[in-house]
Amino acid sequence: MSIRIFILVSVVKIVIALVVLLTAVAYTVWLERKVVGHIQNRWGPTRVGPFGLMQPLADGVKFLFKEDITPPHVHKLLYTVAPMLAVVFALTSIAVIPIGNFITLRGVQIPLQITDVNIGLLVVLGITSLGVYGVALAGWSSNSKYSLLGGLRASAQMVSYEIALGLSLVGVLIMAGSFSLRDIVDAQSGHFWGFIPRWNIFQGQIVAFFIYLTAAYAETNRIPFDLPEAETELVAGYHTEYSSMKFAMFFMAEYANMITVACLATILFLGGWHGPLFGPAWLQALLPIGWFLLRVFGFLFVYIWVRGTLPRFRYDQLMAFGWKFLLPLAIANLVITALVVALIA
Amino acid sequence: MVPLSYYLLLGGILFACGVIGFLIKRNIITIFMSIELMLNGVNLSFVAFAAQWHALSGQVFVFFVMVVAAAEAAVGLAIIIAVYRTRETLNVDHVNLLKL
Amino acid sequence: MLHLILFLIFGAICVAGAVNLIAQTHPINSALSLVVVMGSLAAEYLLLGAEFVAAVQVIVYAGAIMVLFVFVIMLLNAGEEEHTKGSRVALLIGIPGMLIGGALIGWVLLERSGTRPVEVGSLPGPPRIIGWLLFHDFLLPFEVTSILVLIAIMGAVVLAARPESAPTAKKEG
Repeated sequence: MSIRIFILVSVVKIVIALVVLLTAVAYTVWLERKVVGHIQNRWGPTRVGPFGLMQPLADGVKFLFKEDITPPHVHKLLYTVAPMLAVVFALTSIAVIPIGNFITLRGVQIPLQITDVNIGLLVVLGITSLGVYGVALAGWSSNSKYSLLGGLRASAQMVSYEIALGLSLVGVLIMAGSFSLRDIVDAQSGHFWGFIPRWNIFQGQIVAFFIYLTAAYAETNRIPFDLPEAETELVAGYHTEYSSMKFAMFFMAEYANMITVACLATILFLGGWHGPLFGPAWLQALLPIGWFLLRVFGFLFVYIWVRGTLPRFRYDQLMAFGWKFLLPLAIANLVITALVVALIA
Repeated sequence: MVPLSYYLLLGGILFACGVIGFLIKRNIITIFMSIELMLNGVNLSFVAFAAQWHALSGQVFVFFVMVVAAAEAAVGLAIIIAVYRTRETLNVDHVNLLKL
Repeated sequence: MLHLILFLIFGAICVAGAVNLIAQTHPINSALSLVVVMGSLAAEYLLLGAEFVAAVQVIVYAGAIMVLFVFVIMLLNAGEEEHTKGSRVALLIGIPGMLIGGALIGWVLLERSGTRPVEVGSLPGPPRIIGWLLFHDFLLPFEVTSILVLIAIMGAVVLAARPESAPTAKKEG
C-alpha cells in the first residue's frame, strides 16, 4: 500500500473507532440502567424515546448545561488535567484491539485494527498502568479529605490488581507464543474433535479467565470492588468535587475501560472473532465482526449482572483478597501452564 | 540516520540534570527522583550501544537496571516515610542532628 | 530524515522535562515532569527498535515506580521547598560545576565515538530472543535479582510499618 492510502485508511479507521466507542459507552450506560432496573424489579428509563433509547442523548445535553464549579484552593492545572488523562488513556487502548479479519476493498487489504504492533498486549497493559494517574491526581488536587482518601484507595486498589491481571495473561501468552493480539486470536482457530472450538478458555485457561475477570472488576472500580466511589462510603470518592463535563469525562473513562476489558477478554480467552461462517461472500466478511461484538456484549452483560447482584467488599478484605489469594493463584496457574506446555512440546 | 553520539549526548544530558538536581534540591523526594533520572540516562546509553553493536545483552542489562531502580525506590521511600514520622520534616538540611 | 526529526522532538521533550524537574519547587510538579521524561524515553527506545524495553519502561517505570513516588508525595503532603544557607551554596557552586563537567563529557563523546549512524529499529529479534538470553546466558543475575527484590519488599514493609503499641494490646487481651 502506498503511504497516502495507508494514512487515509488509518484516519478513517480512527474516526470510525472513536465514534463507535463513544456511542458504545453511551449505550452501555443505558444497558446498565435497564438491566439493573429489571434486576431490582423496576423498569429503568422508559420515557425518553422507545424503551428509553434516547436517554443517553438527554444525559449528554444535561451534562453540557450543568454549572461547572471549581472549588477554591484546588491545584488548578492538575484539577483540570486529571479527567482528561483518565479519558485519554481509556480511549487510547482501542488502537491495538482487532475486531475482525481482513477486509478487501478495491484490491486493498485492510486489517480491522488500527495498528498491529508485535507487543500489542503490553501496550494495553501499559496504558492501563498509566490510567492510575488520572484517579490519583484527581483525588489529590481536589483539596478535600473525601477525595484524597478515595483517590488513594482507588489507586492502591488498581495498582494491586494490575499484578494479578498481568500474571493471568502470561498463561495465554505461553500458549500463543506471541504478544501480538492478532496472533493470539489466530492461535485459537480450529476445533477439537470437530465441534468444541479451540478457545483458550477450553484449552485449560479457565482459572486464568476467572482471575482475569475478578482483577478486571477491581481495575475498573466496579462492584464488588467499588468501595472508593460508593456513595454511602466516601461521598463519591475521587470525583466528589467534579461537576458537569469533567464528571462526565470520568464517567466515560470508566465505561470505556469496561469495554476495553471486555474486548480484551474476548480476544484472549473466547477466541476473538472465530465462529461459524455461512452465506454469501459479503456476509462472510462481516460475520466475524458480528461474533466478536456478540461476545463483547455477553461480557458486558455479565459485568452489569454482577453489579446488580453482589454486595461490595470492605477495603481490607479487598486488598487481602488481591494480594493473598489472587496473586498466588495466578502464579500457580502460570507455573502449571508452563509445565504442561513444556512437557507436551 | 542519527549518529550514535547524539543518543549518548542525550543520555549524558539527562545524567547531568540528575546530578544537578541531586546537588541543589533540598526536598528528599526530589533528590530520589534525580537519582531515577540518572538511572534513566544510563539506560538510554545501554540501549543505544546495544543497537549499534547488534548485541542484545545491552537490552537485557536494562531490565536489571530497572529492577534495581524499583527495589531502591521502594526501600528509599519507606525510609523517607520513617524519617518523616520521627522528624516531621522533608528538608534534608533540617535532618542534621543524631538527636531527635 | 524522519528519524532525525523524531529523535530531536522526543529528545527536546526529555531535556525540557529534566530541566523542569530541577526548576520546579513543588515535588508533585517534579514528579509529573519525570513521568514525561520517562514517556519520551520510551519513544526513543522505540526509535532504536527496542520495543520490549519501551513497553517495560512504560509499565514498570512510568506506571508503577512513579505512581509510588506520587503516592508518597500525596501521603506526606509535601509542600513547596524552602531555601536554606546550604541550598544557596549548592546552587552557586553546583550548577556551574556540573555544567562544566557535562560540557566536558559531551565534547569527549562527540570527538571520540565518531559519526557512525544508527538505523531506525536496528535491534534484531522479537521478545522471544530476549527471554532466551535472560534464561540461558543471564540466569544467575536473574535469580540474584529476584532475591534482591524479595529483600527489598521485606525491608520496605518493615521500615514503613507503624510502630506497634504493646501496652494497649495487653490491656484489651
